[in-house]
Amino acid sequence: MTGRDAGKAMKYLDEFRDGKLTRRLLDEVRKTVTRPWKLMEICGGQTHSILRSGLDQLLPENLELVHGPGCPVCVTPLELIDKAIALAARPEVIFASYGDMLRVPGSGRDLFSVRAAGGDVRVVYSPLDTLKIAHENPKKQVVFFAIGFETTAPANAMAVIQAERQGLRNFSVLVSHVTVPPAISAILESGQAGVNGFLAAGHVCTVMGYWEYEPLAGRYGVPVVVTGFEPVDIARGVLMCVRQLEQGKAEVENAYARSVCREGNKPAQAVIRRVFEPCDRAWRGIGVIPGSGYRLREAYAAFDAETRFPDVRGILTQESPVCISGLVLQGLKKPSECPAFGALCTPQAPLGATMVSSEGACAAYFRYGRHADSPMAREVRA
Amino acid sequence: MCLAVPGKVIEIYSANGARMGKVDFGGVVREACLDFLPEIEVGDYTIVHVGFGISRLDEEEARSTLELLKEIEGSVEEAADKGSAHEAGVARSSPLTTRERLGSAERKRRPSG
Repeated sequence: MTGRDAGKAMKYLDEFRDGKLTRRLLDEVRKTVTRPWKLMEICGGQTHSILRSGLDQLLPENLELVHGPGCPVCVTPLELIDKAIALAARPEVIFASYGDMLRVPGSGRDLFSVRAAGGDVRVVYSPLDTLKIAHENPKKQVVFFAIGFETTAPANAMAVIQAERQGLRNFSVLVSHVTVPPAISAILESGQAGVNGFLAAGHVCTVMGYWEYEPLAGRYGVPVVVTGFEPVDIARGVLMCVRQLEQGKAEVENAYARSVCREGNKPAQAVIRRVFEPCDRAWRGIGVIPGSGYRLREAYAAFDAETRFPDVRGILTQESPVCISGLVLQGLKKPSECPAFGALCTPQAPLGATMVSSEGACAAYFRYGRHADSPMAREVRA
Repeated sequence: MCLAVPGKVIEIYSANGARMGKVDFGGVVREACLDFLPEIEVGDYTIVHVGFGISRLDEEEARSTLELLKEIEGSVEEAADKGSAHEAGVARSSPLTTRERLGSAERKRRPSG
């Protein structure tokens, strides 16, 4: 949401940005923690909020936050970025996308450079905007890059349903949806990141609920706390998580109950199920995670851009050899540990998607000056 | 990507067979699809993501969370004024109970759908 009236208060947002309350909660965290713990926040939106507010530097030294894979722009596989670029370059196509995707590097170039070369690439705020574009341009093929986690899936699915309802024949979607629970399973199964507890993504859970995490918490013995996005919410999620860890518990708790209930939003889930079905999905930098994606159901194949433009299949892809974004996305490395960070790789000239997206961990480290674990940062923590 | 912002529903209407609404975000009014929130009414707050309301914000829950947190703040400040009472867990407003409540799950909220 942009264009906010700077003078007016945002109810249910500003109260949860209160610095004093955040500090009090962090005092409680400090009193609670007796041993080293490592927590992972799933969502890239949370990562940015943590770094913007400086929460990471205010935590006790033996409590570490590692950043999870919850940035759909970052994990969209290179093959699909390259397909998007190939589609966008076609003269009969208007390619519509959420803004973040435009600077994500493909094997050769990005969507921005396609636009600079004359391609019709448009940034949309909502998938419904793309239907309007399709109506206004009946002689063009409008392709929408349907990416996102469970939060975005119902909106993208609804665009397909409305396109069908409105008889739109010049609209299709390039689908790259990913889902959170299989990714958490994969991280826990590999065990390499050594994560003791999770802050689950508040808006994914708003849609899906949090019942899916209960078997995970039990099986792997990790607490999962559904957490919001403002500093007060995050500090509270951290406190609830370390409190469980210190007490030897591994339960699913909800620290974002003003938006999330256990069952989630059922009408939104019904729309997802109607349009999409689960599939295996490759995550950029990580690899294939079984059952971690959505694809269009057969009934909606007419709206599948990959079916409509069969010649965009099977493009040969090439990743940057230096970029460690895959390790960053799994919580195995911090962005500042990458040799290219801030030098070869910047938001202006990114090597990996994590440096591009407004939710990417590398972009957050760059933007908020976490270039290294500096002495000053250590001093603030102590 | 999963950015979603709370706003107040100020109008509900139907367009192209969809349930739509005008939502006020601190003075900026935008249109949102409310198809996923059949129960939402004018005056309610919703959390909007890419032009879709995904949740009816539970205002009572938001208020009680903040009250709980402020209670903590009050108890800590009060304890600071009175020396080590808070640390000993004997401050008048029973801070340990509040602190325990803070770390526990909230009351069950009803599904918003």
